[in-house]
Amino acid sequence: MNPIVKVDRRDFLKVTGAATTGLILGLYLPQELRAAAEEAAAFQPNVWINITPADKVRIWVAKSEMGQGCRTGLPMIVAEELEADWKTVEVVPAVLDPKYGNQGTGGSRSVRSGFKPLREAGATARAMLVAAAAEKWGVYPESCSAREGSVVHKPTGRKLRYGALAVLAGKQALPRQVTLKDPKDFRIIGTRVPRTDVPDKTDGKAEFGIDVRVPGMLYGSIAKCPVFGGKVKSFDAARTKAMPGVKGVYQVPSGVAVVADSYWQALQGRNALNIAWDEGPNAQVSSEGMRRQLAELAQQPGIVALNNGDAEQALAAAAKKVEAVYEVPFLAHACMEPMNCTADVRADGAEIWAPTQAPSWVQEYAMKASGLPASKVKVNITLLGSGFGRRAMPDFSHDAVDVSQAAGAPVKVIWTREDDIHHDFYRPLSYHRLSGGLDAAGNPVAWTHRVVAPSISAYNFGPLKDGKDESLAEGTAVAYAIPNLHVDYHVAENIVPVGWWRSVYNTQTAYANECFMDELAAAAGRDPYEFRLKLLQNAPAHKAVLELAAEKAGWGKPLAQGRTRGIAVHDSFGSTVAEVAEVSVESGAVKVHRVVCAVACGIAINPDSIEAQVQGAIALGLGAALKGEITVENGRVQQENFNDYQVLAADEMPEVEVHIVPSTQAPGGIGEPGTPPIAPAVCNAIFAATRKPVRRLPIRLSA
Amino acid sequence: MAAITFQLNGKSQTVDADGATPLLWVLRDTLALTGTKFGCGMGLCGACTVHVEGAATRSCVTRVADVAGKRVTTIEGLAATPQHVLQKVWIEEEVPQCGYCQSGQIMTAAELLRRKPHPTDAEIREAMAANLCRCGTYLRIHRAIKRAAAMGGAR
Repeated sequence: MNPIVKVDRRDFLKVTGAATTGLILGLYLPQELRAAAEEAAAFQPNVWINITPADKVRIWVAKSEMGQGCRTGLPMIVAEELEADWKTVEVVPAVLDPKYGNQGTGGSRSVRSGFKPLREAGATARAMLVAAAAEKWGVYPESCSAREGSVVHKPTGRKLRYGALAVLAGKQALPRQVTLKDPKDFRIIGTRVPRTDVPDKTDGKAEFGIDVRVPGMLYGSIAKCPVFGGKVKSFDAARTKAMPGVKGVYQVPSGVAVVADSYWQALQGRNALNIAWDEGPNAQVSSEGMRRQLAELAQQPGIVALNNGDAEQALAAAAKKVEAVYEVPFLAHACMEPMNCTADVRADGAEIWAPTQAPSWVQEYAMKASGLPASKVKVNITLLGSGFGRRAMPDFSHDAVDVSQAAGAPVKVIWTREDDIHHDFYRPLSYHRLSGGLDAAGNPVAWTHRVVAPSISAYNFGPLKDGKDESLAEGTAVAYAIPNLHVDYHVAENIVPVGWWRSVYNTQTAYANECFMDELAAAAGRDPYEFRLKLLQNAPAHKAVLELAAEKAGWGKPLAQGRTRGIAVHDSFGSTVAEVAEVSVESGAVKVHRVVCAVACGIAINPDSIEAQVQGAIALGLGAALKGEITVENGRVQQENFNDYQVLAADEMPEVEVHIVPSTQAPGGIGEPGTPPIAPAVCNAIFAATRKPVRRLPIRLSA
Repeated sequence: MAAITFQLNGKSQTVDADGATPLLWVLRDTLALTGTKFGCGMGLCGACTVHVEGAATRSCVTRVADVAGKRVTTIEGLAATPQHVLQKVWIEEEVPQCGYCQSGQIMTAAELLRRKPHPTDAEIREAMAANLCRCGTYLRIHRAIKRAAAMGGAR
């Protein structure tokens, strides 16, 4: 029995008109109808904000939450301009819908791209609420102001909550222009608002893609050819089909899928398959072979990405010339939540639950596979058990769509960790050849950098226009005042799936740039910090973070016995980051004790999230620098799980201090920029200890 | 398939399962307790950590037949005690990022604090070293455990 509530006649008419045709209930309505009335009367000035007469403020977030804090940072921006009372704000994750614009999450772009439009959305709603209050009181809007969820009439002190104004606000004309708050008046932005997604992540309630449960759902596991580009030649599923719980075995584009009542049964069934693979043309490919190919290409001039002055001539005339080659390997993302997706593809419509950074690509494939229009393919974006760029590739969602279609049932396809390590889109390996010239006084006069690497664009999106992919040179335009600068690149031929790994090509180029800076400083007989600082006088952000990091790290001050420091600075995704690493080397083992980091990222939306992101970026980058390497042999990845693809563990995590340069400028990115400087900072500390440069990652001191 | 009975989060629970099925998948698929996570399937990452007879145990490599008659506690069971001290400090320290590994982290930390109510820094590092986190929340986990210890630990 539903409780009954009394509603007034006006609301009743509105509700029956809106949603309850055919119901005759006199003056009494059940609770759901009251809720519907509440919804119908809510103030919804745009797709981001909804304020109900009961004073509930809901803010939609259309970006994927993968731990970076977008379900807190983005609503904070809206709430700031809305002058919402944060305590009444409820954050609602959006499903895929074109009304939200681009819902791809990546490139450290969510706050950067959302800052202006979300502020405007909040300010628009605020102006309409103020106009509603002014109308109600019969006063000029200018005499009213909004604060913490209420509008106040300044001369009389009258005050109304937003909820009480919701209906009337909905009747106000949309303002043609709105006034944004002065950043000095911000009271939400810049504060350590607790993350809205945290409590559910401490008690098992948080629902990730892998936790989705749909009525009638089956579980799927797919055997994929270990060789890149290989295909199923034939398979025998007789043993599998006889196993308990197995519902079906299907050949799908990515391999052979086993569908069962439980995931374990699907996995057992998969392991019992007898598959003959056609390994295709890539079965001879190896990462060692690719290294040789990259080194060979680096002997020839490449496509010019940057040319200032005449580096060749300046090098020839330099008093001292330094040359070095740096190499980095393929890396896997190894998100803690293995790739997975749930799909229910029916003849009349499809629904997908995907932990994805690219929901529109998820939908696109489902439309192609099913022939359904976009309006019939609903994509729910779940929480992501991290992303780091891996989940910007939609391949795992294709699996779920294919298997659901084949099985005629909703299916959750879960990859094993081995599937994840074997079928990633890897951070490309790369080869960097640098040369630098110093004048007689030890000042750099020339710098050249040649990058050789596979192209992420070419692998994923087809042939490059004129063979060019400028992204290979991402991060090579160093901020240092060096008069003659030349950067070129070669796109290496490649069949290994490559993709975006936290900060993309910047991890490679920053490592090469910043280690080479230390080699130049050593050749000039200068302190690496002083050497950099002198060259950054016209690069204020770089100078600011370098000085701040050095000061906080106590650069130049004595260290405990056996410890050395290394420094590195790099800008990416709109932010500039300097890191000082304190390292010791004992019997060939590198221990990183402390990292001091300074960040210039424009206005800080949530300083706690910034600190968390930088701590995380350092952990990911440090794990890669110390241990991360994916190797390919016979066309397949040789590592398979956390035993041989090792990541940073808790007892290897250094103390990390994060210092944010105060700013009121537009925000820069923060998910990625903390990663690039850590590898060179650590390598430079090792260089300071051993006087042997680290020219290949991961760091192997014996090599 | 066989009927297997164990104590789950304080209540008797019987499941009909192949005894070789890892406890992890029985919890997740059969019993819909999805707070315990799949990370590696080899007992390498700790995302699947539960307590069996009070000991932190990797449920991805523990056969369900082996917990017959035993006490099993999952993150949901730990949470059922009026906000467990670890959940409280995890929130106060804003520990989780993506959050996927955190159930396992909390279960491992709970066992540590039960064994050693006032662990040293080195003991915390050692106890937590096999629980991987790709988001790099290690420093906050460490701080949260210290804070919980200062508050009297976990019971």
